[in-house]
Amino acid sequence: MVKKVIGFIAILLLLASCGGEKSKTDAPERTTEQKEVQKPKKNEDLKTEEIASGDVPASEKIDLKSKGIGPIKSLKLDDEINQEMVTKGAEVFKLMCTACHRANKRFVGPSPQNILERRTPEWVMNMMLNPEEMVKKDALAKELLIEFNGSPMANQNLTEEDARAILEYFRTLK
Amino acid sequence: MKTLIKFMTLAISIGLFFSCGNGTSNTSNQGALSANVAEKVYVAPGEHDEFYAFISGGFSGQLSVYGLPSGRLFKVIPVFSQDAEKAWGYNEETKPMLNTSHGFVPWDDSHHPDISQTNGELDGRWVFINGNNTPRIAKIDLTTFETTEIIEVPNSAGNHSSSFVTENTEYVVAGTRFSVPVPQVDMPISEYKGKFKGALSFISVDPEDGRMDLKFQIIMPGFNYDLSHPGRGKSHGWMFFSTYNTEEASTLLEVNASQNDKDFIAAVNWKKIEAYVNNGGGKKMATNYAHNVYSDETHTATSTMKKEVLVVDPTEVPDAVYLLPTPKSPHGCDVSPDGEYIIGSGKLSADLTAHSFTKMLDAIENKKFDGDAYGIPIINYEDVVGGTVKSGGLGPLHTEFDAEGNAYTTFFISSEVVKWKLGTWEVIDRKPCYYSVGHLMIPGGNSRKPFGKYVVAMNKITKDRYLPTGPEVTQSAQLYDISGDKMELLLDFPTVGEPHYAAGIAADIVKKNSKKFFKLTDNKHPYSVKSEAETKVTRNGNEVHIYMTTIRSHFAPDNIEGIKVGDKVYFHVTNLEQDYDVPHGISMIGANTSEVLIMPGQTESFVWEPKQVGVWPFYCTDFCSALHQEMQGYIRVSPRNSNVQLSWSLDGE
Repeated sequence: MVKKVIGFIAILLLLASCGGEKSKTDAPERTTEQKEVQKPKKNEDLKTEEIASGDVPASEKIDLKSKGIGPIKSLKLDDEINQEMVTKGAEVFKLMCTACHRANKRFVGPSPQNILERRTPEWVMNMMLNPEEMVKKDALAKELLIEFNGSPMANQNLTEEDARAILEYFRTLK
Repeated sequence: MKTLIKFMTLAISIGLFFSCGNGTSNTSNQGALSANVAEKVYVAPGEHDEFYAFISGGFSGQLSVYGLPSGRLFKVIPVFSQDAEKAWGYNEETKPMLNTSHGFVPWDDSHHPDISQTNGELDGRWVFINGNNTPRIAKIDLTTFETTEIIEVPNSAGNHSSSFVTENTEYVVAGTRFSVPVPQVDMPISEYKGKFKGALSFISVDPEDGRMDLKFQIIMPGFNYDLSHPGRGKSHGWMFFSTYNTEEASTLLEVNASQNDKDFIAAVNWKKIEAYVNNGGGKKMATNYAHNVYSDETHTATSTMKKEVLVVDPTEVPDAVYLLPTPKSPHGCDVSPDGEYIIGSGKLSADLTAHSFTKMLDAIENKKFDGDAYGIPIINYEDVVGGTVKSGGLGPLHTEFDAEGNAYTTFFISSEVVKWKLGTWEVIDRKPCYYSVGHLMIPGGNSRKPFGKYVVAMNKITKDRYLPTGPEVTQSAQLYDISGDKMELLLDFPTVGEPHYAAGIAADIVKKNSKKFFKLTDNKHPYSVKSEAETKVTRNGNEVHIYMTTIRSHFAPDNIEGIKVGDKVYFHVTNLEQDYDVPHGISMIGANTSEVLIMPGQTESFVWEPKQVGVWPFYCTDFCSALHQEMQGYIRVSPRNSNVQLSWSLDGE
């Protein structure tokens, strides 16, 4: 519908004028049209944004509400740590993540130490599985990108199972 | 939306008609027409083309990948020529791909791509293409769009009637253009006649992994074998080769090879010969040729020299090979989708000759022969011709087919595409080409089921068609819409090198199989490292190996000391990324080779031989992230006799 309206306006303009100026007057009209119909930005993280404000660096901020954006909507952790998963998680972490993350210190990216004291399990999983969208739309992830010099969180195409194992491994990093 | 576009077009043209006083109505009218044509080739930003077109690079040695109908170039796949952009033939992994019995050959002349088939239909698994000059056949894997195998063809010279596949890709066929002594021997050129031979090679293709193997060669009389095409449907099991220079001239061929009124199309019953060799027929001949295979697991090619080939004397296999007289040095020999007609394009003639497969079988059965050539029966011309197209053009070269029973033939001398009807032989339409068209391509036009819709004509000369670029101007392709009765020229687009031939396929068949990245866990490169913890530098005498990794946006290690002048330093770089479209590149100042460009999960290697003391940088050559410009490192080069210990680090670790 919107496209039709724009197109129609373009036609009217073409019909009405025929000088060299045509394209110049044409362009701003379109922009205005588009601007008007643009939907307000849907920000799922308004809550996070409020919490995330202040002088504390994003990596130290605590947000135990936001689940981030991605495939993991809800994740309940057992009280007991699953050692089998930890072993697997440590392996995958070494192979896929250590180029940028060290278990015990800040490196290219933040350290995962005590991460579940600062983030929900869902947020951590979504950051691993859906980093491109997270750094574009999640307020905290956006802040982290800036804090870490604009170095992007690489999508390593982990399976959900691998990411879950890494999360279990993170639970042991204290 | 479509109606809207139409309405807009109409409105714009009305607007032009009525409101622009200073243009003539005639030009306005043309404007409206070309707007309509533009719509047919317009693929909106972000949209995909309907077809892939694989167009040979000719003297560039490569294969280019275009989209149709837009004519947009997506990739130039390096095949027979070194390509510094992709490190093809420069990095340690791919150098063996260009090995031959003559040593490393960094260039060739690539001519005729053909897509693999199953049941006579394009299956989109591989593209084969021939290297003409130093005879080779290459296979390109359409999951990676990379050359994964090259086999040299012995006893062959000017590998031109190649590389066409049989109906189930049982074989990719390679015929020699030049006849030569087989095996090669030091002898006077003037003794050519009767002594030189033409080898037709049948290279089997493994149905699972596509591995090629030179199964047998038919040693034919010393003619020039120009092009070939497979039988299909009822004629499956036969292969047809056009010949010229049946005069067997060795000099001034433009005169001396144009003496005979008719040359031949050789009809080869390869199923009979296959059965013959499977039963122990043929002779093993000592030879020497390279077979080069690239592995997506080790990301490395290996070259093996083969020492033997099985040769078959066609006169020893009953009922296997016949010669069909065909006027005037035929170039194309193209088989209709139903397998009934073999179209010979006598390139010095005005007419096309359509041999009938049914008539051919009948003539063979009833021995309607007109003598023989070196013991191979020549079928009586009248008893094999199914029809003649009186084209009105001059210099027919090559024919392809649509799905509606029409054929389309290029005419080089009269520079046009002619559309005609199979069976009635009547000419339906003709359109000029700009200029001097060679071959043409219809997507699937060399198969049982052509997709039709478009013809791509590949021209040899462009002269004034594009902005001039000095004495050397681009060659070009032209796209025609063939969905209506009359053909319509839609688009000119420039090509890479010389477009000899092309193969087209519906994009849907291919694009779903396209690989996005290599799995790091499957990487079996002997010098790969799977994490930064494994990175290291080793020394053995003056040979140094750097096991390096790369990920956005650093190398590990990125500070290396203890390298000395006179060392031979191998960089083995593994890209740890596991995401689509995140390659990294690396180059070292002063390295006498190209960069390497490493796909995610891949390892590539290059050699650097430092000649000067100092601290020398390396950096990422493929823009990878906002911190790409930070992606760099240093190597300290000490004098040959220095005591600086080998050490390496990243951020002090």
